[in-house]
Amino acid sequence: MAAVNMVKALNMALHQEMEKDPSVVVMGEDVGVDGGVFRVTEGLLEKFGAERTIDTPLSETGIIGAAIGMAAYGLLPVAEIQFMGFIYGAFDQIANHASRLRSRSRGRFTCPLVIRTPYGAGIKALEIHSESTEAFFAHIPGLKVAVPSGPYTAKGLLRSAIHDPDPVIFLEPTRLYRMIREEVPEEQYAIPLGRARKAREGKAITLVAWGSMLQRTMKAADGFDADVIDLMSLSPWDAEMVLGSVRKTGRAVIVQEAPKTCGFASEIAATIAEDAIAYLRGPVLRVAAYDVVLPFSKLEDYYMPGIERIKNKIEEAMRY
Amino acid sequence: MPEKRIESFDVKRLEILDEEGSVDKTLMPALSGEEIKSIYEMMLLSRAFDERALSLQREGRLGTYASIRGQEAAQVASAFAAEKSDWIFPSFRETGVQIALGYPIYMLFQYWSGDERGMKCPDGLNVFPICVPVGTHLPHAVGAAIAMKIRKEKKAAIAYFGDGATSKGDFHEAFNLAGVFSAPAVFICQNNQYAISVPLSRQTASSTLAQKAIAYGFTGLQVDGNDVFAVYKAAREAMEKAKQGGGPSFIECFTYRLADHTTADDSTRYRPVEEVEKWRGRDPVKRLRLYMEKEGLFSEEFQRHLEEKVQKTIEEAFRKMEEIGHPPLSGMFAYTFKKPSPMEAQQMKEFLSDGGG
Repeated sequence: MAAVNMVKALNMALHQEMEKDPSVVVMGEDVGVDGGVFRVTEGLLEKFGAERTIDTPLSETGIIGAAIGMAAYGLLPVAEIQFMGFIYGAFDQIANHASRLRSRSRGRFTCPLVIRTPYGAGIKALEIHSESTEAFFAHIPGLKVAVPSGPYTAKGLLRSAIHDPDPVIFLEPTRLYRMIREEVPEEQYAIPLGRARKAREGKAITLVAWGSMLQRTMKAADGFDADVIDLMSLSPWDAEMVLGSVRKTGRAVIVQEAPKTCGFASEIAATIAEDAIAYLRGPVLRVAAYDVVLPFSKLEDYYMPGIERIKNKIEEAMRY
Repeated sequence: MPEKRIESFDVKRLEILDEEGSVDKTLMPALSGEEIKSIYEMMLLSRAFDERALSLQREGRLGTYASIRGQEAAQVASAFAAEKSDWIFPSFRETGVQIALGYPIYMLFQYWSGDERGMKCPDGLNVFPICVPVGTHLPHAVGAAIAMKIRKEKKAAIAYFGDGATSKGDFHEAFNLAGVFSAPAVFICQNNQYAISVPLSRQTASSTLAQKAIAYGFTGLQVDGNDVFAVYKAAREAMEKAKQGGGPSFIECFTYRLADHTTADDSTRYRPVEEVEKWRGRDPVKRLRLYMEKEGLFSEEFQRHLEEKVQKTIEEAFRKMEEIGHPPLSGMFAYTFKKPSPMEAQQMKEFLSDGGG
């Protein structure tokens, strides 16, 4: 077992899945010769050839639309959209087709498709390269959303996503691609979709985060008796674990990178209010980005929730 | 340096059967008398479905319905060229295609009455469910075609759409991908000249739709869409070419929608009655009948027999749909995911314990 970054962990997963199952096909812009702009698909073309590592035209609707047809036909496509901010041209394909094909055809045609896309701010990129709009996708019935928070969860979740019988949006926190190294087993393993994990056990407060916010939340939790939940999947999401934790701690802070209004944290807060309000000692609090247009790179660090902002909210919650 | 011509293109139109029922024998596709009679029967069946669906809609027994009247040749003859192993991607105005492929008619009634079960394509057929958003299914056909190529299977993915779809980005992305990957895709446009009220001249400044394929690196052919033989020949050749590794093709069937866009539309608001009457005179069913009369493939008795047969088929199909009845309430929950999410399972429990209220 070696300590690797998330890029390497994802790359290992893709190599192994393609090796084991000839139905797995990788497609997208620059995924072949270039190995992906972040190198997640490096070496796949050399090993599996151009029919299974498909450099596509610059064509988001074409990529996802064709991947739907391929999935319905019986392949397991892993389509890459280069940045989440570019996915909206293909939103029609995702919302009107990928998520609905099983229902529309009463199960005759299905869509076992994975759409991988880097998301989130903090890499000093150009405009539209830093979005965190996971809630759009989590709002669509028939679509699953998975968000790894580090190399270990990335590899295990990607395996589950590829073999899931339904379409999965797989959001990779760009900022963390090369930031963290973790021990990642060489052999294949699966982390089930729809389940969260305890990143830390504690009794006094529940902190919920996913993807890019997990690390910051862990750091902010230092010095508190916090139960930290790494959600890993937003749709379906592990309400049971969150509610169980809140019933134990009586306090909850939810941390998201996305703007506050109608973000996924709101769904979690509402569920806690519905099902665990009697256990709460104080309000459920959200730490989020502001409801503003995502600033260019010079201000992006002020936009995203940082460790101090999270810590302040924890302290606020602890006052009850 | 003088300017050089680096490329030149031409755009062809195929016509075989004229309005008097005479054919150009040099272009005639290989179809037996029985096959021609079979195409004719399916055109009558499609028309009978269409008429029944329109009257059922007026009675409030079906929902909004999109008539295919006038497009029977373009639909039936092109579908007749396909094989069972091919994959078909229809738009919402493709009843003739579905019927010609053997799609169960009672299921079409189910679909138009608002019951998803009608889109569960039977095994042995590969007809994608009806795509309501315009043109967005074209990339699916290309994806299936790419998959056929990867799997080295000699099949074609056949996408049907209207003239309005050619204005959409999906059309561009699908055509571009099909060309780049030389995918075994056949694009069949039912150019019925109107997208609801908007005429072809507002969809494109191109003189034909067929020529659009040229820019994507493959052949585009316009055919007389009311001419069964031209449609069949073009479709058959395109499908064979796809299966032989020759890549995609585009067929523009130049035809006309004789009815309103749907039962929710009134086409007298946007097109002159004289224009509709002119096209009514070019009725594809009548044209084929004239040919069959000349060739001794037709008799009044044959016509009577067919009419009785198709009416009986339609009535039986409608009765079957009614006998099957309303979809079960739990059907709303069963197909979101293969395995319901905990939220969905909980909501289903609540829904059913409320008695579906």
